[in-house]
Amino acid sequence: MTGNGLILQVRDLRVHYGAIEALRGVSLEVSQGQVVALIGANGAGKTTTLRAVSKMLKPSTGAIHFQGEDVTKLPSHALVARGMAHAPEGRGIFLNLTVRENLDLGAYLRKDRAGIAEDAEKQFSLFPILAERRNQVAGTLSGGEQQMLAVARALMSRPKLMLLDEPSLGLAPQVVERIFSVLREVNASGVSLLLVEQNAHKALQLAHRAYVLETGNVVMQGTGKELLASPEVRKAYLGE
Amino acid sequence: MSRVTEFLQHFVNGLSVGTIYALIALGYTMVYGVLKLINFAHGDVYMVGAFSGYYLGIVGGGGEPSFFRAAYVTLGAMIACALLGFVIERFAYRPLRHRARLTALITAIGVSFLLEYGFQLSPWIRTPVQFPPGPSPRFFPPLIDFGGERSIEILGATMPKIDLLGLGVALGLMLVLQFIVYRTRFGTAMRAVSFDPQVAGLMGIPVNRIISWTFMLGSALAAAAGIINASSRPKIEPLFGLISGLKAFVAAVLGGIGSVPGAMAGGLLLGLTEEYVAGYTDSSYRDAIAFTVLILVLLVRPAGLFGRVTVEKV
Ligand SMILES: Nc1ncnc2c1ncn2[C@@H]1O[C@H](COP(=O)(O)OP(=O)(O)O)[C@@H](O)[C@H]1O
Ligand SMILES: [Mg+2]
Repeated sequence: MTGNGLILQVRDLRVHYGAIEALRGVSLEVSQGQVVALIGANGAGKTTTLRAVSKMLKPSTGAIHFQGEDVTKLPSHALVARGMAHAPEGRGIFLNLTVRENLDLGAYLRKDRAGIAEDAEKQFSLFPILAERRNQVAGTLSGGEQQMLAVARALMSRPKLMLLDEPSLGLAPQVVERIFSVLREVNASGVSLLLVEQNAHKALQLAHRAYVLETGNVVMQGTGKELLASPEVRKAYLGE
Repeated sequence: MSRVTEFLQHFVNGLSVGTIYALIALGYTMVYGVLKLINFAHGDVYMVGAFSGYYLGIVGGGGEPSFFRAAYVTLGAMIACALLGFVIERFAYRPLRHRARLTALITAIGVSFLLEYGFQLSPWIRTPVQFPPGPSPRFFPPLIDFGGERSIEILGATMPKIDLLGLGVALGLMLVLQFIVYRTRFGTAMRAVSFDPQVAGLMGIPVNRIISWTFMLGSALAAAAGIINASSRPKIEPLFGLISGLKAFVAAVLGGIGSVPGAMAGGLLLGLTEEYVAGYTDSSYRDAIAFTVLILVLLVRPAGLFGRVTVEKV
């Protein structure tokens, strides 16, 4: 555990796609138990930031500390073992597997069969539509159902920190409400969240702190309230 | 021979060859699944399987042919090839994982040549066995002695008992594999890796380890195929994996590359097609059939029988 109360600390992260520098020295922090939002225009580097943190890709330079441990060199699966879960952009559902198999994979590193079954039931009660479809191949789910499955699956590892990449993208308003209320509950149970959202308004309302990303740089940071009140943010991201 | 008997005889022969293709095709398809790589050295792993069995049979199995000896030789060859598969993946393919697709493909052909011609070097270990075997063919030792009758008759069609046993073992292995792939934690992880390795990592799946195990599993099946085939057609030589490998590759494509049931169906179908066409027309067409099938599949149904038309992920 950390002395400073940070669950995640990212320092000076740089990521290249070939010759393109997508992140130009991003630093951010998530405190234990907090919701931190990452907002910014399309192409700002939000997805890249989450991918670098969870090692879906390899950062060129920078340091990542998770629960006080330097995890810069660790692969994805080792981070999962330490309590990180990432619901990636585009949902990352295994469309060739059933709903239940997807959930079980979320609990891949857990050994307690009974606990896993119990948690799967918990997800099914959070998202009843998934219970109806539990034995269906995930490829038959609608976009909204897949998004719910992505969130449910990330919860199956009993994470301490969840990275969420646009969980509300392209969803009907009631589904968005459902997902945000689950996220609020999850956070209330002690899980920290690093949330990327294009729905900046909802994200900032939920977030304790937020960062604004622009072309691979953090250009603004503050509490959710401060950013909601900021004229620049209102103009650029809240459509005013 | 009556027509029915002839038809049945071809069926039995086709099935026997088809299961060999199927076992080899499984390795192609599983490796393609997790790496999107055609492991062109896979046919040569099949050859090494037969030679491993040959050495084990001579050195360790001095005793009389028996079920015990057959099991020991088969399992030994499967383990040897699993290790070979591990080494090939770890040292030839993994360092090139993030390079262009063509780089890995050319490397696969390189590994194939290495095995084919490496095994033809003049022997440098002489007694009690010669390793590597050198260019001349060898004769696989009999693993089992069935006593008096070597064949049984089914409605007039003859089936050597060794082929029947081979068929049983091959089908048994396919059932085991089917179970592993669809019913175990490892199998689910393998299917997840083949769908999306990056996201599989996010589930906590150690992707590299799953890839290693997949190579080992596929190579072990190829070794079993090598033993089964050599038990019924004992002449083995370092180049004989090439044509069987190519045909098994065709079987994998026919079934839908990446699909496990597809590889099994494709292998059986190809074996039967070859046998019937060669049997009822001209046997010199046999080797051309596989490639005719390949061309037809690619023209008519490129995804293969069991393959899904792949949806590009955004
Ligand atoms: N796979 C990739 N290859 C090349 N460039 C990429 C790739 N993914 C993202 N980029 C580029 O990196 C920048 C950041 O992208 P991304 O992190 O996806 O932004 P966001 O999630 O904020 O929309 C963009 O300029 C984008 O074009
Ligand atoms: Mg994005």
